[in-house]
Amino acid sequence: MSSLTVNKKTRRIIPGFHLSLGYTMLYVSLLVLLPLSMIFIHTMSLSWAEFIDIVTAPRAVASYKVSFSTALAAGLLNVIFGTIIAWVLVRYSFPFKRIIDGLVDLPFALPTAVAGIALTSLYAPNGWIGQFFNFKIAFTPLGIIIALTFIGLPFVVRTVQPVLQNISAEVEEASASLGATRLQTFRKVIFPELAPAILTGFSLAFARALGEYGSVVFIAGNMPMKTEITPLIIMTKLEQYDYAGATAIAVVMLVTSFILLFSINLIQWLANRRFVH
Amino acid sequence: MEQSTFIQQVASEKNNAVTKSAALQEPRFVRYTLTFIALAFLAFFIVLPLVSIFSTAFQKGVGVYVAAITHPDAMAAIKLTLTVVAIAVPLNAIFGVMAAWALTKFNFKGKNLLLTIVDLPFAVSPVIAGLVFILLFGSQGLFGDWLFEHDIKIVFALPGIVLATVFVTLPFVARELIPLMQTQGTSEEEASISLGANGFKTFWYVTLPNIKWGLLYGLVLCNARAIGEFGAVSVVSGHIRGMTNTMPLHIEILYNEYQFAAAFAVASLMSVIAIITLIVKDIVAWKSKSA
Amino acid sequence: MKKRKHFLQSLALISALALTLTGCGSSSSEKNTSAQDTKKSVELLNVSYDPTRELYDEFNKDFIKKWKDETGQDVTINQSHGGSGKQGRAVIDGLEADVVTLALAYDIDEIAQARGLLNKDWQTEFENNSTPYTSTIVFLVRKGNPKGIKDWDDLIKDDVSVITPNPKTSGGARWNYLAAWAYAGKLYKNDEVKIKEFMKALYSNVEVLDSGARGATTTFVERKIGDVLIAWENEAYLTLKELGDEFDIITPSLSILAEPPVAIVDKIVDKKGTREVAEAYLKHLYSERGQEIAAKNFYRPRNEKILAKYQEQFPTLELVSIDDFGGWAEAQAKHFKDDGTFDEIYVPQ
Repeated sequence: MSSLTVNKKTRRIIPGFHLSLGYTMLYVSLLVLLPLSMIFIHTMSLSWAEFIDIVTAPRAVASYKVSFSTALAAGLLNVIFGTIIAWVLVRYSFPFKRIIDGLVDLPFALPTAVAGIALTSLYAPNGWIGQFFNFKIAFTPLGIIIALTFIGLPFVVRTVQPVLQNISAEVEEASASLGATRLQTFRKVIFPELAPAILTGFSLAFARALGEYGSVVFIAGNMPMKTEITPLIIMTKLEQYDYAGATAIAVVMLVTSFILLFSINLIQWLANRRFVH
Repeated sequence: MEQSTFIQQVASEKNNAVTKSAALQEPRFVRYTLTFIALAFLAFFIVLPLVSIFSTAFQKGVGVYVAAITHPDAMAAIKLTLTVVAIAVPLNAIFGVMAAWALTKFNFKGKNLLLTIVDLPFAVSPVIAGLVFILLFGSQGLFGDWLFEHDIKIVFALPGIVLATVFVTLPFVARELIPLMQTQGTSEEEASISLGANGFKTFWYVTLPNIKWGLLYGLVLCNARAIGEFGAVSVVSGHIRGMTNTMPLHIEILYNEYQFAAAFAVASLMSVIAIITLIVKDIVAWKSKSA
Repeated sequence: MKKRKHFLQSLALISALALTLTGCGSSSSEKNTSAQDTKKSVELLNVSYDPTRELYDEFNKDFIKKWKDETGQDVTINQSHGGSGKQGRAVIDGLEADVVTLALAYDIDEIAQARGLLNKDWQTEFENNSTPYTSTIVFLVRKGNPKGIKDWDDLIKDDVSVITPNPKTSGGARWNYLAAWAYAGKLYKNDEVKIKEFMKALYSNVEVLDSGARGATTTFVERKIGDVLIAWENEAYLTLKELGDEFDIITPSLSILAEPPVAIVDKIVDKKGTREVAEAYLKHLYSERGQEIAAKNFYRPRNEKILAKYQEQFPTLELVSIDDFGGWAEAQAKHFKDDGTFDEIYVPQ
């Protein structure tokens, strides 16, 4: 691996810096920044006091708590099980592995509304799974966690999987021949390689879960103060033709997600630098 | 043919397993436990919902199923969805490679910021993702008057649906490539350049072979998500039957008409498409590995 | 080298496929425009709300035939359905609807206000407040009515579980809320403190607050949650028809006259030159044929003769109207805006 000083020189060695960066900047400016700036522009029609009033209204605050805690729980579940699934898919062989590998992407391909409906019918009190539990799963925060875990799973699996595939057997062999146990090899050799991907997978799954709407509305029950998610608050404001109010809440969500993703990217970058040296 | 591929695949994996030394394998019970956990999790979260979709789809018999997916409105929806995907996925693939190249091969100020901006569409609620294009191109939007005068339709027509889809699926390819290219570093490219290859050749012969699996994964995911996007497209579509309804929106319509079997028939078709793309990807992967 | 060849081959294949598909897409849209150019045909876009799909399915066929017979012109009617508020917003934001047929006048008022797409007094343009058909709010209960639900005050009993959509996201559900409010208003002689207590008791019995009317119906019917579903009368009948016989309809002593209005979007029809056919289309809703189709789809027709013919289906009851709430603008501000009475029910004071 190259050290930071070499990296600085590579700017001159490897071509395409201006082309690739320029293209990237143009593309994200037109397709991400310009559209998202509209949210801020519309929010600006509010005074500061109005803005604070809207984003700190009791129902809004309650919805942040619901959205944040369920997205966090779903993200953590996905980190644990997503990593195990990626590991098993890359390292072990078992019947129907190809098909099972394919199934992991299903949450991306299935329209979120369909996922919501299917999960609700399974986990509702009279559903295939729900009937075996003597407490309610669908129409409680538990149901929201299930929907969010479903939609976030591929993020973790699909970011960890290629990295795992790319770890060459030689490194592990070297570690083993130096007398490391399997667990040591995993902790000292494999895990550091996987950690950035796992963290990325988590942050993406978490961020996606914060904003998810389509699947959650079916399974959440949508009770104000209890199972009402933030995107639903945005929808209720839009239904009242309150664009400014809707964009105000959207600003809060957007800034939160941005800070979250930015800090995780920063942590990774710092960690990368440490590993490199 | 698929089956023979599969058998050969299993056989080659078994060979691999045999050649691996014990130190490179976890103890058997660990392997079994992990496999069991993974499969159980997938069963509860993916297989069962899928089974319930298929069982509802065929509830009223094969006739209803076939009628549902061959209905003119369904065909129009399938066609629209495929058109959108055919535009959005290549755009994001080119962008993904460019962005990954810029973000992993060079160091520059604001790199983390740019990386975060690339990630952002994942974090934006689909509701908002649709809304922003309405705010831009809707009648009351920034370009609303100009578009109305020139009679150009963006939202509530194909361009709006494409834009929303591009937005939602923008990070997929880039996000798949970045961690991969990060772990690979820049030494191979540097060597190639110092040996006199130009930038494009270096990319084509050195970088691309290294990242092709990541790229393929990215494409498949981007494709899957583009087909399935519901929330954002729902805001910009206008829901005109047979014209601006994509497959997910068509499913919603059927569901709201209490045609549960038909709705889930179309949904099952979508999951089949997704699984087929994955299998195709695997066959391509296997072929080139064994070649 | 061979590896890369395979990879490239597959890439080429995918892109070829993509190109073919785009080709298909654009050629089909060409077909559409060429059909439009021939003056022998005309296209209408009717932007409507969710529970009118079956009604307009049938009505459009009838109108297409009638228009062809009278003028020799082919008319294609495109339908768009969705939540009433969302549809209203889409029209404001540029969905070029020739006619709108929504769940409440408030949504059309917003269209008139936001962009002046139609006159502010649009509601006087057609008879009966521009509402060719009406409905009311009733209860759907499980077969045999095991909880003995007869009227609104049965819904606040402790052991009754109620399903109704969220009035903040569902335009249709605002009628539900107002119907309950009207009942409580009569019961407590307009003592607002007591009315609010009643509403609070009612909504604390609500187990799932779906975002739309059809979602609520599914929760009640498919998930089997709740003892009573508060629903539009036409939706209740449709549920019986589509989803089986395991339910009874209970008509309360007092309810609200739900008036889903229709309107021509002036600026759009003038731009597209479709005013004539749009007007004929909406007027046809008032004709005997139109009224009959409405009644068959469980909407209460305005035409007395047709109403009499279907009277078994539509029991008479005491009905208040939106005017008793001071019109939609006032009702909206008082009950459904942020910090309105609906928020009061849920937010701890």
